[in-house]
Amino acid sequence: MTVSFLVLAVITVAGTAAAMGLRNAVHCVLALTVGFVGIAALYLQLDAQFVGLTQIMVYVGAVAILAVFAIMMTHSPTPAPLPAYSSFWLAGSVVAAAVFAVLAWAISSSPAYTRIAPSQPDLTTQKIGEALMHRYVLPLEIMGLLLTAALIGAVVIAMDRREETT
Amino acid sequence: MVGDGILKGLAETARNFLGSYVSKDRLITVQYPEERIPQIEAARSFPFLVYDGPDWQAGMRCVACQICEKECPPKCILIKKSADKKPDAVGKLQAYPAVFDIDISVCMSCQICVEVCPFDAIKMDVDYDLGTDDRFAGLLLDKQRLSKSNEYYHQIHPTEAAAVDAALAEERAKVKAAADARAAAAPKVVAAPPQPQPAGGEPK
Amino acid sequence: MTQTAGIAQSIDQIFVLGMQWLLSYVPPAAQPLVSAVVFVIAIIIVFPALFAITTWLERKGLGRIQNRFGPNRVGPWGLFQPIADAVKSLTKEDIVPIQADHVVHFLAPILLVTAAFLAYAVLPVGRNMVLADLDAGVLFFFAIGSTMELAVFMAGWSSRSKYSLLGAMRAIAQMISYEVPMVLASVVVIMQAGSLSTMTIVDRQAGYTGIWPHWFVFTPWGIVGFVLFMIAATAESNRSPFDLPEGESEIIAGYYIEYSGFKFALFFLGEYLGMFATSGMAITLFLGGWSAPFSFLTWIPSYIWFFIKLVALICGFIWIRGTLPRLRMDQLMNLAWEFILPMALINMLVAGVWHFLPTWPLRWLVCSAIVAIPCILLGIGLKHKKKFQVRTYRYAE
Repeated sequence: MTVSFLVLAVITVAGTAAAMGLRNAVHCVLALTVGFVGIAALYLQLDAQFVGLTQIMVYVGAVAILAVFAIMMTHSPTPAPLPAYSSFWLAGSVVAAAVFAVLAWAISSSPAYTRIAPSQPDLTTQKIGEALMHRYVLPLEIMGLLLTAALIGAVVIAMDRREETT
Repeated sequence: MVGDGILKGLAETARNFLGSYVSKDRLITVQYPEERIPQIEAARSFPFLVYDGPDWQAGMRCVACQICEKECPPKCILIKKSADKKPDAVGKLQAYPAVFDIDISVCMSCQICVEVCPFDAIKMDVDYDLGTDDRFAGLLLDKQRLSKSNEYYHQIHPTEAAAVDAALAEERAKVKAAADARAAAAPKVVAAPPQPQPAGGEPK
Repeated sequence: MTQTAGIAQSIDQIFVLGMQWLLSYVPPAAQPLVSAVVFVIAIIIVFPALFAITTWLERKGLGRIQNRFGPNRVGPWGLFQPIADAVKSLTKEDIVPIQADHVVHFLAPILLVTAAFLAYAVLPVGRNMVLADLDAGVLFFFAIGSTMELAVFMAGWSSRSKYSLLGAMRAIAQMISYEVPMVLASVVVIMQAGSLSTMTIVDRQAGYTGIWPHWFVFTPWGIVGFVLFMIAATAESNRSPFDLPEGESEIIAGYYIEYSGFKFALFFLGEYLGMFATSGMAITLFLGGWSAPFSFLTWIPSYIWFFIKLVALICGFIWIRGTLPRLRMDQLMNLAWEFILPMALINMLVAGVWHFLPTWPLRWLVCSAIVAIPCILLGIGLKHKKKFQVRTYRYAE
């Protein structure tokens, strides 16, 4: 529990809590982005450089942009004057507290919590690349197929439907 | 070849860039205020009053006929005639303007006042370098600020000024000839048998 | 001989030695922090100074290209013009529209400038002179570059103005479209160097055969990769001919139309810093970083070479700006997805082939052929697609 971990954890939790609590949709997305950056910083603190930087590149650079694009295309200039908290907030917080208590008890009573961490392998990008190409090549190819299908689907949806031949 | 248009364009701009250091006439900028483009003779900015000789009040050609005041489309001229008279540019005794104001924030440089003036008293200046810090009083030019000498007029509009001077000289000669003729005719009357003169006397 | 070599080496390492001297006065516990702070201060001083020089260079250079003088009143040859510009932007009134989202409006230029400065952390400006020798340096660079788009969105959205929103949409679309080819164009270098660390990539290019350097740009895949990277970099920093999102004659100023005074200057600064950062990355990846072009020129210090190359690329940017007309939005997108991206993928194939073929001359010929033929065919094919048609107006008839 170092100081840097505490600071980053506070930033992440504050960002995601603000993402749930703010009224303006764009503010929510920006607060969520702060949460993403916090998680990326936690990865970097654990010396997982590839994962941390890819987190920034994918989440902040693509997912957040996707969310703001969606808001930009369908935006209403004034935020809806709904209260940020629903009328069931008491029951909701009780349920959330109960779930959190169960999870915390389950994690703290598991053997993984008290086990001494094994020596970390030297996790460089090269090792990740080798693992992707040797051991995990099939999941990689399936992910590629999935992304290609998504890309083609997006192009088909957005394509200009011209019935007459040009 | 793919991209040859871009390469040709790059060569052209490079030639412009390097050529601008080699041949100064590639740079067409006029570095105002050190260099200026010379104006044509018929350029005009705002009117001014011409005076002959060294004294701007005695030599002013304007006789306060108020034609320009009436003809001015935006009515930017204000003239108040004087009570007494002074000799004008050709020698006749005429009134002169006690007040002659032009508001150059209103003046539209149409030159109508110049065209209708029968006495060649008001002409167009060419000075565009005007500046003031007072939007109202600074742009209301009075008689003194409007008066500029005939030499200045020669500087800015040489051919026009020469033509005006020739015409004025002719007029002056005519007026002088008429005055001399009157003066010559007067002694014939004096040579008549002396009669008791009335106290008023003949005007000389 | 060795004495001059020793002197040349100490001049080369003068900043490193200076840093070590400074750190000897600091307790060991605080040394990493102090060295990081000093390096950051150096970056914050050097690159905005380069920005000031670049604005002067751009205005004079564009002026001469366009047959006019640039600014020449403020100092000798207008050299103090950037100071005058700075004073102007600092003393202008800061107007924020009433409807604007004030917090986001304020944070957008800050985020842009922060992201732009962060990218300099992995650029090796000299031998042993890099702020953070990350194992995944190139990935860090592209990750930070992708956060600049968020700042653009924040600027465009928070201004609550149609022009700025349109400009932001266009700018983000353009930046995302050109990010993919930029990353792919740099992947070839990573493939050849075998590492994502910028120091390693430069070290691989620092050798010489005879007098010729080992720069990656002197290979078929390197030249193509460099050209594609520079095109993508021009588009990423919204520079002419890709400056439609901020075209002064099109959409007035695009996403930073509602900004005035110092915030506008910050946007300007962020854009130029992004340009320097991508140029610096291009130099690191393709042009050999801080290494000299010929082996007999290595006595000139490494940081001088880096900045010479950076200034050369900046002059290239200015030259291109003065030459090419602006691309329309659809032409821009077509270029990215239909030409640059396939060429980047083909380039990756070529880099792979290069790795496995024996050396000269076979791999040069094969790789050049694999790269040149699709380039020419694609170019001709794309040109033929543009048929000039009679323009029809939807609502006029």
